[in-house]
Amino acid sequence: MQWETVIGLEIHAQLATRSKIFSGASTAYGAEPNTQACAVDLGLPGVLPVVNREAITMAVRFGLAIDAQIAPLSVFARKNYFYPDLPKGYQISQYEDPIVARGRIDIDTEQGAKTINITRAHLEEDAGKSLHEDFHGATGIDLNRAGTPLLEIVSEPEMRSAQEAASYMREIHRLVRYLGICDGNMQEGSFRCDANVSVRPVGQAEFGTRAEIKNLNSFRFIERAIEYEVERQIDLIESGGKVVQETRLYDPDKDETRSLRSKEDAHDYRYFPDPDLLPVAVTQADIDAVRASLPELPRQKIARFVTELGLGREEATTLANDAEVAAYFERAVAVHPASARQVANWVMGELFAALNRDNLAISASPIKAEDLGRLVERVTDGTLSGKLGKQVFQSMWTSGRDADAIIEAEGLRQVSDTTLIEVAVREVLAANADQVEQFRAGKDKVLGFLVGQVMKKTGGKANPALVNELIRTEIAR
Amino acid sequence: MGDTFPRGVAALAAGLARGEFSSVELTRHYLARIAALDGRLNSYITVCAEQALTEAAAADAARAAGRAGPLTGVPYANKDIFCTRGVRTSCASKMLDSFIAPYDATVCERLRAAGMVMLGKTNMDEFAMGSSNETSFYGPVANPWDLDRVPGGSSGGSAAAVAADLAPIATGTDTGGSIRQPAAFCGISGLKPTYGRVSRYGMIAFASSLDQGGPMGLSAEDLALMLNAMAGFDPRDSTSVERPDEDFTRALDLPLAGLKVGLPREYFDAGLDAGIRTAVEQAAKVLEAQGATLREVSLPHLDLAIPAYYVIAPAECSSNLSRFDGVRFGHRCENPKDLFDLYCRSRGEGFGAEVKRRILIGTYALSSGYYDAYYRKAQQVRRLLRDEFNAAFAEVDMLLGPTTPTVAWRAGAHASDPVTMYLGDIYTTAANLAGLPALSMPGGLVDGLPVGVQLTARHFDEARLLGLAHRYQQETDWHTRQPALA
Repeated sequence: MQWETVIGLEIHAQLATRSKIFSGASTAYGAEPNTQACAVDLGLPGVLPVVNREAITMAVRFGLAIDAQIAPLSVFARKNYFYPDLPKGYQISQYEDPIVARGRIDIDTEQGAKTINITRAHLEEDAGKSLHEDFHGATGIDLNRAGTPLLEIVSEPEMRSAQEAASYMREIHRLVRYLGICDGNMQEGSFRCDANVSVRPVGQAEFGTRAEIKNLNSFRFIERAIEYEVERQIDLIESGGKVVQETRLYDPDKDETRSLRSKEDAHDYRYFPDPDLLPVAVTQADIDAVRASLPELPRQKIARFVTELGLGREEATTLANDAEVAAYFERAVAVHPASARQVANWVMGELFAALNRDNLAISASPIKAEDLGRLVERVTDGTLSGKLGKQVFQSMWTSGRDADAIIEAEGLRQVSDTTLIEVAVREVLAANADQVEQFRAGKDKVLGFLVGQVMKKTGGKANPALVNELIRTEIAR
Repeated sequence: MGDTFPRGVAALAAGLARGEFSSVELTRHYLARIAALDGRLNSYITVCAEQALTEAAAADAARAAGRAGPLTGVPYANKDIFCTRGVRTSCASKMLDSFIAPYDATVCERLRAAGMVMLGKTNMDEFAMGSSNETSFYGPVANPWDLDRVPGGSSGGSAAAVAADLAPIATGTDTGGSIRQPAAFCGISGLKPTYGRVSRYGMIAFASSLDQGGPMGLSAEDLALMLNAMAGFDPRDSTSVERPDEDFTRALDLPLAGLKVGLPREYFDAGLDAGIRTAVEQAAKVLEAQGATLREVSLPHLDLAIPAYYVIAPAECSSNLSRFDGVRFGHRCENPKDLFDLYCRSRGEGFGAEVKRRILIGTYALSSGYYDAYYRKAQQVRRLLRDEFNAAFAEVDMLLGPTTPTVAWRAGAHASDPVTMYLGDIYTTAANLAGLPALSMPGGLVDGLPVGVQLTARHFDEARLLGLAHRYQQETDWHTRQPALA
């Protein structure tokens, strides 16, 4: 039997607002437990939620970027269940009337680009955290995260492989970071995903019974978890069993999924519109204002890098993946527009290597984008040899000075004065008569040695192409 | 210290302003009355003697420094549903017997800013669920007119305290009649403002879409003075309505000529006590004599208000009361053996029978498969009622009717039959469902017990509503009658 995999994803993106979605408490990560939970977050008697308008704007931003419909009125509802880290006994979420509906996004697959439809994206508050370690038989509660705004992005079940699912997750991840609405930090839980996975015989129209895999917080895990789950379901069916609808958890240490709770144990959340909050109104003017502030989106940028700057698709993708890298690259290119490919090579080569070595984000690069652009210009205009360019790069990295200042101060300007180089060439040829003979006898390789000797004599500053040419002329004379 | 003080906020404020007595003297007077008489009424859960005297001294100092406002130094009683920093806020529940809020409700902040002196926190039905003040963890409140009878609820403590002159005025909250019905039973005036007029921040929620705080006092004029201090936009309450501040006393002396008063036919059905019917008809005549024109109107679906109310209010309460889980504050059971046990026993022990009944009703009404039949349907009824009120207000300016179908009943009369008690809310719940301002004022006595006459107005028309009541009170003396106890 040939099987087809069907996957739909629910992604939770933590919105990058400074304060919580319904209170003024800070959303900064990593504070001492319960120091960023105010009376509203604690669900004290009598307190009331007030919606953070910034979260609404961010949801609209996302909706416009995926070409979705923005609801003129969306409704916050209460999802009722008891849990110690859910202070009010209900989570404020959106249910019947989400703020964003019916969008789409293109992803890359092995067969080329594919459009995935996005059913909806809705706003909700995060719960706190239960801490099961270090409390000796008890559980600790940290409510710092309680009330942090989340955008839950629900796709249609249109992915057909673990790779497609991971590609979709990457695409959304890149998009929310581009839009500046989520920091995308998966270790801190800012971007996480639940996957609904089922299998069916190829050609069958109906979906198979699905399992939901919870809390996948890396691109690698989502691929592995889905691959494991698909195999489990196929094995189960082929050995005469049945897939049951249930929630499963992926254990990355054992690389397996295991059952968390069955459908029978599912909560009845008793959703109803939250009477403490009015419907959220978004006007056409609000939408127009957000649209006007939208940045160029990742796939548009990649296409432009290819068509306008002449980059290869892979290079373009590498540079455009991260909005900050793309911005850096574009600032560098602006200084020296004639050589975009060379600038790209320097960014992906020297710069990435140095950032990696010193474990720095591009925003913390000691070399400013404009300075890198100028350096590349000095290499392409012949002021510096490629080798000297790298030397100047290192010097820029440690000193923070720009290329021209370093070239000037250290006298690194490439020597292209023929008479100066000729003197050195003659000296070298006179001192290496054996090698000259070998070259004349047809051993071309010796030329490299001779060039090296000249370079050494000129302190590396001679233009290597010129040296090469002068040696040949001199020997031929 | 003089032994006799005038009654009512307006008179007390005038006396304070003229220097006839100080706020400290007045506060001592009320504290002494509470100490002497409240053993028989049980209208206060917590008396704040020391704090009240400190606040009174501060009020006197403010007056001496020329910084007195219209209510500076006037004492009030505060329903124990409004959170007060540093003073226990119990909501009359064992669940919150030891709860001290770290913040003041907006209403308390505003009354403090107005210089008013809080005498204490008044008794009420547990979590405001009840119409008789018999569900309080701190015991029932007696009606000052007949100690064997209920004072009404849920703001029964506030109503009894004002009626017995254990406070000149009090705060109340009204979800389905909890200000107006006890005001009627105790012979005082009570106003439920338009939904969104008074901030709900810090007012412990029963049913969020219906709850509204308001004043309970001796006269419409006193209510207007108190509402001036209580009302106003609050950015901490998303359902608070942003409107310019207004003076609710401004229409007190407007003549009634040209005002159209509607008598909804459905208010005068078979269930209405004959004596109350007569009292309301008398009131209509008084208004007519003042120049108002009377007209019969109809609210065809008024009978659906009770069923809709008893779906929506329990549904919202079932969710609002989920936070009382024994985890962070409030009652927690001894030695829970696991999380489930902690929830079950903390809530089982902390909540009384009526609260549990409503949580169960509400949980059922919101359950998957029942939501459309109950909650959604009730919301449709709610819209229907609002439309019918709007239609009536296209014809008339105010509605006049009874507040309750009967006078105060004997304590324990409905103990085994909650539905009969629920049906007693027939005339009050509709205003909450429609969000309208409504007021109850004393309009007579039946068998020596007070009768409440109810006036309902258009949204945000409190000033004229209070004006109409004030004109009535200029012509009658029912609001000045006092129970023998006092």
